[in-house]
Amino acid sequence: MAKKILRKPAGFYDVFERKPGDQLTTHYCPGCGHGNVHKLLAEAVVDLGIQDRTILVSPVGCSVFAFYYFKTGNIQVAHGRAPAVATGIKRALPHAVVVSYQGDGDLAAIGGNHILQSANRGEQITVLFINNAIYGMTGGQMAPTTVLGMRTTTTPYGRKVNNEGPPIRVVELLSSLDGPAYLERTALWDNKAIRRTRTAIRNALQCQIDGLGFSMVEILSPCPSGWKLNPDEAHEWMRENMAPVFPPGLKKDVRAEREPFFPEKRELTAEEIRAAVDLQIEEPTPYPSELVKPEYADPAIKLAGFGGQGVLSAGAILANAGMEQGFQTSWIPSYGPEMRGGTAHCFVHISRHAIGSPTVSNPDVLVAFNRPSLEKFEPELKPGGLLLYDSTIIDVTPKRTDIEVLAVPATGLADELGFSRMANTVMVGAYVAKTGILSREAIEQTLPLAIKRQNLVETNRKGLARGIEFVEGLES
Amino acid sequence: MAREFIKGNEAIVKAALLAGCRAFYGYPITPASEIAHAAAKYFPRLGRTFLQAESEIASIQMVYGASACGQRVMTASSSPGISLKQEGLSYLAGSELPCLVVDIMRGGPGLGNIAPEQSDYNQIVKGGGHGNYKNIVLSPNSAQEMCDLTMLAFELADKWRNPTVLLADGYIGQMMEPVDFPEAVLEVPEKPWALQGEAADADRLINSIYLVPEILEDHNRQLQRKYAKIEEEEVRYEEYLVEDAELVLVGYGIVSRILRSVVERARGEGRKVGLLRPITLFPFPKVRLRELAEGGTAQVFLVSEMSNGQMVDDVRLAVAERIPVEFYGRMGGCVPSVEEILEVVGETVRKHGATV
Repeated sequence: MAKKILRKPAGFYDVFERKPGDQLTTHYCPGCGHGNVHKLLAEAVVDLGIQDRTILVSPVGCSVFAFYYFKTGNIQVAHGRAPAVATGIKRALPHAVVVSYQGDGDLAAIGGNHILQSANRGEQITVLFINNAIYGMTGGQMAPTTVLGMRTTTTPYGRKVNNEGPPIRVVELLSSLDGPAYLERTALWDNKAIRRTRTAIRNALQCQIDGLGFSMVEILSPCPSGWKLNPDEAHEWMRENMAPVFPPGLKKDVRAEREPFFPEKRELTAEEIRAAVDLQIEEPTPYPSELVKPEYADPAIKLAGFGGQGVLSAGAILANAGMEQGFQTSWIPSYGPEMRGGTAHCFVHISRHAIGSPTVSNPDVLVAFNRPSLEKFEPELKPGGLLLYDSTIIDVTPKRTDIEVLAVPATGLADELGFSRMANTVMVGAYVAKTGILSREAIEQTLPLAIKRQNLVETNRKGLARGIEFVEGLES
Repeated sequence: MAREFIKGNEAIVKAALLAGCRAFYGYPITPASEIAHAAAKYFPRLGRTFLQAESEIASIQMVYGASACGQRVMTASSSPGISLKQEGLSYLAGSELPCLVVDIMRGGPGLGNIAPEQSDYNQIVKGGGHGNYKNIVLSPNSAQEMCDLTMLAFELADKWRNPTVLLADGYIGQMMEPVDFPEAVLEVPEKPWALQGEAADADRLINSIYLVPEILEDHNRQLQRKYAKIEEEEVRYEEYLVEDAELVLVGYGIVSRILRSVVERARGEGRKVGLLRPITLFPFPKVRLRELAEGGTAQVFLVSEMSNGQMVDDVRLAVAERIPVEFYGRMGGCVPSVEEILEVVGETVRKHGATV
């Protein structure tokens, strides 16, 4: 006997080549609602003239193979994640019409947060939500929409309010959000209901085409196999058991109030991209071949003090200026277990060579801004190393005799300038003047880069100058 | 060239934009949040997408959607967040979708802490999600490489249609160093397989389901052939003074920086110590390791990681007991010091009677 091929909507492939076995019929059971909804969707994308730009997101569930049928863009996704994937698609291709096709376990259980959040973002996608009160494909287990008392393979004694709780009404839930533009519940139990479903699907798609926001249709749909009923009984069962819990109707429609939104597409030149990410082209400086004071070359510096004393930014100023002068530099804040104890510290390397470990156990230089830092870190300093400390606020003197010590009344000097919080840049100035490792110009030039609050750059410059003058005064 | 003194975490974002990345889907987590902060600042400036997703799971699925449309796209997280992304990574691998995932590793298991660890090696290099798949894995050890390897990651991901992971740690992410950003921006290749929202899409399908066992097996075989080719063509590593080394240190990421200092100190004492640093963790430089074990001067390997010893398994597989492989690890966010490893070098030499 010749096979009778029913006329299919142009929204479907002529032959379902992706389907193993029979490629002329669908894999759905007789009486299943997916067949109706597929047909309504396929006709709608053709009639609305959006077939070429429609992308259908196939979920996990009985409609996992929706991509067998729709002659559109197709993507298959993980269980429950369709709205998240659809978000990525729509943001990438704003002109596309993105349809997320989901069942009740997929959408309301494992994907519950994704549907909630994408609806709330007003994501410009359309969701068709097939509510058949059961997990069909995995063998008739309870879904979030299973009605009370209903027997499923995981509620063999019926769903109980005290164990599983009552069913979730998804469109009502989403209608309390400001994000969605169009939410309707329809059913498939008779021709009239199917006609309303047809209209609702078209409204939802048009909502997306018009750029008005998130749209969704929840469709009460028969699962005769899962319910162990024949198709006619299934329709009757829906009316009796689902209609009271999930009343059909328009739950939200604010399309008329919405301004259309279509993101603008921008193509930038390389130059515009660099400018947008704050990168300026410049030739790197080679580092000075001769250092003013070779004994202070390639230092590993530890700067330490209380949080808020500007310890980390003092280090960043030094490292940044080092880079400007062509050195290899690194800066790393105290991190991991070292973060405890109320002191902040950082390591800075300024080197003519590649820098290995950014931290060191025995630094060449210690800059101590408070007493705990001096007491804790003085013993770590390398023999012959250099110690600078703020002698205004540290009321003890260093103990070691095998190191070089420079007491800088940094807070006092900063106070004289009227900016006591500039003690850190005073200390930077003192270090630079003492070691000659960096030029004053380089430091001044990089201050605006290392200091976040630009209105403080000028005062920092004064602090720096004061530190330099202090050391020059000692040496002259 | 554009030089900037910058945190590794921020360098990633600028490099991604120069590499043509069009979208960033993220979720906050310490110590990777700075990447999201920088992305939130810069992506919109270029008219590109930054979206804070509802979860780690959602963000990787948004990446899946964007990648399916041919976009260069990324996400960034840290260890517990990466655990949640494993579902998505498996789907990306199965559907052969390119993307960049940045993992700024922190201490585990469980909530662990926010200090740097390298304990995600197994979950990233060995798969982590379900199925027979591999990520391409790049391991930066400087702010410069946070830039360079981010850009390379996008190129490799597209070249092989494969998810690529930048596996770094909190230390590399927090450290500021000079970075030379390239002048040119990268061209994104044509992707004839990608969905475009056009009529041609009817012949395209992004998918990882193959119901027929033989067909799924074919798909898996094709993936394995691809991974084998990646192993042939994309191995990257750096060596430091290995030519005459009798003890070869092996480490990646921040540990490799510490090991470099160990080599310098050991050489200063006249000890023949060298360093091999894998830059690609998959593909792993196993051929080179075997060569060193077989024909060279190496008498023993010492692997150091901030973990219980995960990469060391791959070193042992490569070396196949030709010479001994020792391991020294720290966990919980503790970073080994140069002196500490120097001591282990001494112990290792004594234990194996090496001539170092």
